[in-house]
Amino acid sequence: MKFVMLWTDLLVYILCLSVFSFSMYARKREYLLAPWKQVIRSRLGAMSFIILMAYIAIGFLDSIHFREQIKSEENKAEIVYSGEVISLLDWIAEPIRLAQEKTYSAPFATHLYTKETIELEDGSQIRDYRRLEHGGAHLVEPSDRASDIARLVFIGLVKGVGIWLLFGALIVIVLASRWRCSTRKVITTIRYTQRERLPWRTIFVTFGALFIFIALTTQLGGKYHILGTDKVGQDVFYQTIKSIRTGLVIGTLTTLIMLPFAIMLGIMAGYYRGKVDDVIQYLYTTLSSIPGVLLITAAILILQVYMANNPDAFGSLTERADIRLLFLCIILGITSWTGLCRLLRGEALKLRELDYVQAATAFGVNDFVIIVRHILPNVMHIVLISVVLDFSGLVLAEAVLSYVGVGVDPSMISWGNMINSARLEMAREPVVWWPLFAAFILMFVLVLCANLFSDAVRDAFDPRLRARG
Amino acid sequence: MIAYIIRRMLYAIPILIGVNVLTFVLFFVVNTPDDMARMHLGMKHVTPEAVEKWKEERGYNKPLLINSDETGTAVLSNTIFYEKSVGLFAFRFGRSDEGRDIAYDISQRMWPSLAIALPVFLVGLLTNISISMLLAFFRATYIDITGVITGVVLMSISSLFYIISGQYLISKLWHLVPISGFDIGTNAIKFLILPVIIGVIGGIGSGTRWYRTIFLEEINKDYVRTARAKGLSELRVLFRHVLKNAMIPILTGVVVVIPLLFMGSLITESFFGIPGLGSYTIDAIQKQDFAIVRAMVFLGTVLYIIGLILTDISYTLVDPRIRLE
Repeated sequence: MKFVMLWTDLLVYILCLSVFSFSMYARKREYLLAPWKQVIRSRLGAMSFIILMAYIAIGFLDSIHFREQIKSEENKAEIVYSGEVISLLDWIAEPIRLAQEKTYSAPFATHLYTKETIELEDGSQIRDYRRLEHGGAHLVEPSDRASDIARLVFIGLVKGVGIWLLFGALIVIVLASRWRCSTRKVITTIRYTQRERLPWRTIFVTFGALFIFIALTTQLGGKYHILGTDKVGQDVFYQTIKSIRTGLVIGTLTTLIMLPFAIMLGIMAGYYRGKVDDVIQYLYTTLSSIPGVLLITAAILILQVYMANNPDAFGSLTERADIRLLFLCIILGITSWTGLCRLLRGEALKLRELDYVQAATAFGVNDFVIIVRHILPNVMHIVLISVVLDFSGLVLAEAVLSYVGVGVDPSMISWGNMINSARLEMAREPVVWWPLFAAFILMFVLVLCANLFSDAVRDAFDPRLRARG
Repeated sequence: MIAYIIRRMLYAIPILIGVNVLTFVLFFVVNTPDDMARMHLGMKHVTPEAVEKWKEERGYNKPLLINSDETGTAVLSNTIFYEKSVGLFAFRFGRSDEGRDIAYDISQRMWPSLAIALPVFLVGLLTNISISMLLAFFRATYIDITGVITGVVLMSISSLFYIISGQYLISKLWHLVPISGFDIGTNAIKFLILPVIIGVIGGIGSGTRWYRTIFLEEINKDYVRTARAKGLSELRVLFRHVLKNAMIPILTGVVVVIPLLFMGSLITESFFGIPGLGSYTIDAIQKQDFAIVRAMVFLGTVLYIIGLILTDISYTLVDPRIRLE
């Protein structure tokens, strides 16, 4: 196995590492922790947080890339690696990934969706629906499908509920030892949620739903195509799971890339005022006057031309698609930093007149230290709120941009590309609805959770809302 | 006020120059005319003569910024930058790569765009404000909570999904209106109904949420308490006091987009086959016709700046305390 690091992978690792180190830093500091506790204490906040974490876990698994070793028979000493870059998620989902059919097939189908000419053993030809190579291939008689699915669902449910109960018992035991009371008392506390405690009931229900979902999909996914197959016969469920990483990368890396510029320029404009302010204001007014889609389009077109002219600079297909994704994040970041920059400038203008900043200036503390120690911590809540609020919009924007033809690379699996091809599939007769459905459901759940989570974050961090109670 | 408007217009000039230089750098310096020619003529087997011919037909055969063969002012003026950029300020957009007059195309395609964007804008504004006033009236009840949750759910659905499923249900399954197309005069109505409905529904989620926050912010202020203490009914308080005072934050978001309505919507127009400016831009993007894309960027910027100036003027209309100096 040979480890491959793509550019976006690197940034994903950096992001995860910084979030992790912040949480370690904040653990002992109550003033940093208090608003986060408030987020988790709201029921919707806790629920959406858990589901977002599940998404992030999948996205992270999909960000560890490597090339598999090919077993060569003739020469044992030489190690050859496959040209195909796959991720840990691909490796886990190998049965689904490699279960390739010929073309469209409906969810849980045993036969293809279109008729084709089949040659019978006696040489005669008939037109019929061909059996799938993988979906339901274990069935001797396709009419047994319903009972087989019912059996698998039952096993899945039992497994899911079993894991859930085990998990619940584990949590109760851990809590009992931490709170130093009996398990019975822990269970009563959990059943009657109080406001100042975590919403344990919601947390348990969410985990239950997650476990059952995972158990069911793993049980059924190996035997059937849960969400059918697409035009080239690839499993749609696998595709929509793969799209998670693309959506998350666009939603998070875009803000990560723009953040340093927005923070630095915004605070500088507000703090120094005068000439610096004029230049920075001119910069962001100019950028924000250009309609965002057109600027993105322009930049992506240029990248396309550049890539077409320099095909040697980019290695494999995956790396090429990855560079394009990174570039899309950068350009989306450039078009979306102006709003945050304007907010920060206003806030810095206000903060620099406050007593503690004036006092620091009077003591002769230099500007850099004032900005980093006194102004930056006091604008962080604005930064955080705007990052969280932007996330869902960016995930949705990816779909629109892919439709216009300036989104992620066409070879990359993303919800945008899935919806894009669904346009033709919906016009077919009979209609092919499952790729659209699959992309819609997973995208909807992600964006909904992101919206609910950002509401909770805003409620907890916005001082105006906090004061009102 | 006139002095203020003139000053704002003068401020717009450096911004427009900035935008112009930026798009020039993006389209002509990073991506040279040679690249463009090869892209258009097909990537492989392109002779240098064909490239030169393509460039000459479109006036791209001159130097980019400085023409050292000329003397006097022609050193600067006989260049691509001068010819392709200065004309934009006089709204002379030049010709597209296919040789059509861009300004004429824009003037023709503006109206279908407007025919769809204006109803979406007006109906959408009216629905959003009515719904959010309703939610503000029933604040902190189950009606309010249901409304807010529905809003978040509607907001989380991709606009593409609204369009695709709307077209499928209403046009393909129920055959109520044609799937796509456009016609002139009153015949256009049957083509416009579906995109307008979808446009309005797509905007309800975020719209009502935004207006509801504005109304709730106003409702908590002192003058509202005074009005209630005088014995005014809640409805009267809402319409006479809260709505009037909420106009300023509402106008901030609304007036800016009015001039941009001309630009149309990229997605809606291309899905519904409406020959407006949005689909014009998409076609240009897909054909990689940079002359059109540049003209549209410039036009969009001009309209955005007009929108900002209009916003400032509209403040004086709703709030007599504000004077533009």
